[in-house]
Amino acid sequence: MKTKFFLATTAIAIGLLPAGMALAKTQISWWHAMTGANSEVVEKIAADFNASQADYELLPVFKGTYPETLNAGIAAFRAGQAPDIIQVFDVGTGVMMAAEGAVKPVAEVLTGAGMTFDKSQYLPGIVAYYSRPDGTMLSFPYNSSSPILYYNKDIFEKAGLDVANPPKTWNEVWDAARQIKTSGAAPCGYTSTWLTWIHTENFAAWNDVPYATNENGLADGNAELMINAPVYVNHFQVLADLAKDGTFKYGGRTSEAKQIFLAGECGIFTESSGGLGDIVKSGMNYGIGQLPYDSDAGGPQNTIPGGASLWVMGGKPDETYKGIAAFFSYLSQTEVQTFLHQTSGYLPVTMAAYEATRTSGFYEANPGRETPITQMLGKAPTANSKGVRLINLPQIRDIENEEFERMLAGEQSAQQALDNAVARGNAAIKQALGL
Amino acid sequence: MVAGGRSPVAGRPPMNRAVFPHRWLPWLLVAPQLAISLVFFYWPAVQALHQSVLREDAFGLRSEFVGLANFARVLGDPAYLNSIRVTVVFSLLTAFGSMAIALFLAVQAEKVVRGRGFYRTLMIWPYAVAPAIAGMLWLFMFNPSFGTLAWPLKQMGITWDPLLRGNQAMALVVAAASWKQISYNFLFFVAGLQAIPRTLIEAAAIDGAGPVKRFWTIVFPLLAPTTFFLLVVNSVYALFDTFGIIHAVTGGGPGKSTETLVYKVYNDGFVNLILGESAAQSVILMVIVITLTAFQFRYVERRVHYG
Repeated sequence: MKTKFFLATTAIAIGLLPAGMALAKTQISWWHAMTGANSEVVEKIAADFNASQADYELLPVFKGTYPETLNAGIAAFRAGQAPDIIQVFDVGTGVMMAAEGAVKPVAEVLTGAGMTFDKSQYLPGIVAYYSRPDGTMLSFPYNSSSPILYYNKDIFEKAGLDVANPPKTWNEVWDAARQIKTSGAAPCGYTSTWLTWIHTENFAAWNDVPYATNENGLADGNAELMINAPVYVNHFQVLADLAKDGTFKYGGRTSEAKQIFLAGECGIFTESSGGLGDIVKSGMNYGIGQLPYDSDAGGPQNTIPGGASLWVMGGKPDETYKGIAAFFSYLSQTEVQTFLHQTSGYLPVTMAAYEATRTSGFYEANPGRETPITQMLGKAPTANSKGVRLINLPQIRDIENEEFERMLAGEQSAQQALDNAVARGNAAIKQALGL
Repeated sequence: MVAGGRSPVAGRPPMNRAVFPHRWLPWLLVAPQLAISLVFFYWPAVQALHQSVLREDAFGLRSEFVGLANFARVLGDPAYLNSIRVTVVFSLLTAFGSMAIALFLAVQAEKVVRGRGFYRTLMIWPYAVAPAIAGMLWLFMFNPSFGTLAWPLKQMGITWDPLLRGNQAMALVVAAASWKQISYNFLFFVAGLQAIPRTLIEAAAIDGAGPVKRFWTIVFPLLAPTTFFLLVVNSVYALFDTFGIIHAVTGGGPGKSTETLVYKVYNDGFVNLILGESAAQSVILMVIVITLTAFQFRYVERRVHYG
């Protein structure tokens, strides 16, 4: 016990050391949730930024999945040990926005460092999503993505499907998936990551149907879910039916299904455009298509940004904020954005990077890579397609996932699953708001 | 212990009091232990009690005293009742499964003549594996897509899909949790078996009792103190130490079919950020632990003889 205590005190003493030492460079910690090919991008960007100047040192730290990173950040804040920059996923935006005082708006960080922030340089849909209603940008969009459709060209050929034309509507996806299954080209036709993000939140925006009242919570957080409308019920009932014979295969709540697609088990796959890096790496003969839309609804409208943004924590020294501002302006450089966009499949956040990639002929050489951008920017957003913002969206997604799992296991119908999700979700929103 | 009055040194008369040369020395000696208990046990427990009567946002920027409202909400939540049911099923299966298998293996190990030590060492190894690692191991072996053991299941015509089938997910976490605990139980059973006098077993054999009869009428009853002790230890293990396994294997899903009480504390507190209710749940768990420990001290300590 004594040794333990001694070790503990020594560890504390060592932990305190860096604070007391005079360091030549100001260190900036960056907690992130990137894995696989995308974590290599983070490491490279940090290394390049550190090499580009001599005053600041950016230290990226991997903190687990998106929810784990958010929670680690919250726990660290409560303990007075918050990182300088934290990557928070799209659905955590509501949580962070509610935490005024804990975070410092990116717009303030930039202007405080004597930089001017020109909004027109950034892609409007993305910036709007991460801004306050008054237009103040709160977080820096690091990796914005949009769900798209991937398909395995070898499996398509074996199944006798048109390799050049991926399915455009959900009905076409269901037909193609059945054909893949019955022809024996693959053991499963279709799989998807993130049922919540792709099949409810983006389904709503893309088909121009409401997800929740009050403009999906953007106009007023006291919103009620509307995902048990017939258009959702029909969609999920087909998924449930296809799951019975394995034409649709469930992979898990987040991006686990990627493994199923990479293993060649399923022919069609919907996933974030940010998942592209790993698919390219696998060497699969893949194709990309637009996110399918429901032919009975008003789509295709526009998709909403997913992915994550970088939040700056409050209460740090000015020197740190200057370093963060320097990093954000580095990150906005056209070469950095084009690199990020072209290697990872995430969207460029500046217009200049988008233009540069377009004029370089990248999209001609890599068909489909422009899809996530045109999908998101193609049409001016409606009240249904600006995004979803609820104070406890992570919890709502959990509830949806639980109901979907029971539905896919055949324990309940799509109508029951969605009714339960709405009832439980609404109660959870009320509770989170303290009503 | 000090006041217990029994000297550990043979030959000296028993003392009623241990006399230390210095007044503060005993305090100094127990200080590290006290400090650790205070910092790592009492302080968090007090924090949990405090948090359980508050309503707070995730970052702790605003908080409000709500009395016992969090407890009322938790106990009235059908998901919490489901979690209790899941915990009972999971704990009983894990405790019973790991003990039954360990007992079987311990009895078989007794029969091994050559390489008994080697065999026992092998049996004890899994205890050194961290729960999360054990979970990952089982997750990989039984992954429906690429698991080495999922394939034979499929060949046998079993639709193996723990991602959607609650019972299969439960079976998987029970198997992983039991597997990890078998070593510990094995150790105790081996020790317990060695304490049983050979003469009793030999006498029964002479009287014509077969191996099965001898086991159930002599060995098993004489092992009762060990079994009872292990039952409590295993229940506590299944209740509180299996978070890592559940987190790695199922994350509480599918639906809420493997969400135990401990997992729900984590999920509500750290994923859904409902801190007050999560704290209320940990206070309830604290009460359960205290009850179980009191039970153990009152009934078990008395009956177990460590030989």
